[in-house]
Amino acid sequence: MRHAGVLAALREGPRARLLALGREVSFGAGTRIFEEGERADRFWIIRNGTVSLDIHVPGGPAAVVDTLGPERLLGWSWLCPPHQWHLGAEAVGRVRAWEFDAAEVLSLCEGDHELDHELLRYVVEVIGRRLRAARTRLLDLYGPYGSGPQP
Amino acid sequence: MTAVPLPYRVVDNRAESADTRTLVLEPVGETLTGFRPGRFAMLYAFGVGEIPVSVAGLRDGVLSHTVRGVGAVSRALCAVRPGEQVGVRGPFGTEWDLPSAGGDLLVVAGGIGLAPLRPLVRAALAAPQAHGRLNVLIGARTPHDLLYRDELAGWGQPYCGVTVDRPAPGWEGEVGVVTALLDQASFTPGDTTAFLCGPEVMIRATARELRHRGVPAHRIRVSLERNMHCATGHCGHCQLGPLLLCRDGPVVGYDRAEPLLAVREL
Repeated sequence: MRHAGVLAALREGPRARLLALGREVSFGAGTRIFEEGERADRFWIIRNGTVSLDIHVPGGPAAVVDTLGPERLLGWSWLCPPHQWHLGAEAVGRVRAWEFDAAEVLSLCEGDHELDHELLRYVVEVIGRRLRAARTRLLDLYGPYGSGPQP
Repeated sequence: MTAVPLPYRVVDNRAESADTRTLVLEPVGETLTGFRPGRFAMLYAFGVGEIPVSVAGLRDGVLSHTVRGVGAVSRALCAVRPGEQVGVRGPFGTEWDLPSAGGDLLVVAGGIGLAPLRPLVRAALAAPQAHGRLNVLIGARTPHDLLYRDELAGWGQPYCGVTVDRPAPGWEGEVGVVTALLDQASFTPGDTTAFLCGPEVMIRATARELRHRGVPAHRIRVSLERNMHCATGHCGHCQLGPLLLCRDGPVVGYDRAEPLLAVREL
């Protein structure tokens, strides 16, 4: 099977050892998977469906800032203190995913340096990519010049 | 090509979004020839002024141009009604040159940058045997800003993806930067020709991602925007380093454009 995303970033051995800890879960459309500020004690690898990431806007509906599709990593806050979700997540349609308990994975990584290295490298890459994307989107690229929200 | 604007009659003026319209122009007398995907015309709103606008549709001498009304001239063009006339000079600039593009095709558009790519997509769809897989990736500010909505459903061979920055209520599609759609596209990086048009920041980010994935720089074609006035390479307003983009562009190979895009003063 040809993998993408996080599964493609791990070699066969570490990938199998990680997947052995995964539980199959599913979320119905509109399910809130996690909320901003809650304890980040797990993460998911999306199998199919789409998850939207949003940020709370006081006095208004949450603003969607990103969407994640199949084989993308959902959640990285479990790896870094203060272990709280930075965004909220909601299933756009029906979503199937592998769910991982952060403590179990971190415990496995303690004695499995191959998995530890590859997983950490991938998560750091994801954080970097999402940071770059957030910066790019702050520029309000597609609107006509000067028409975006003014500071 | 002519140095004097020729009269063209507006036969249709269709709203694409709140501030963007597509004008369909047919010649009143003499017809301008030589327009190809990627090239542009100077459109003259009589008594107001002239701006460069890429060709967004080509058929038997009839031209389509998509204009976003952001300044005096572009707003005047958006307001021209069917039956009225505008002036047209052209064609100017370089083309996407689809016939020389081998392998898979990857079209990446941001905002109104989809307009110059539309005739390329149509040409590719009309000759599927001439190339590999066609992927179209589109980024827009909001779902309401999407251009050519009624055409997009026919572009998905094998993939046409849309992502927006600000989803409206009810939007169930992707949200985020256009490069995030690359994971869902089907292409062989080493055998792909990419066509990029949109804001320069988007072009840089997309081209870097494509290079990272293995698409050769010379097979990434970008359409660059600068302040064009004369369209004949004389006034120098559109200079980008050694290039005069009205003459040497707007379509340039990324192998040539990359070092220029990194210079802040240009």
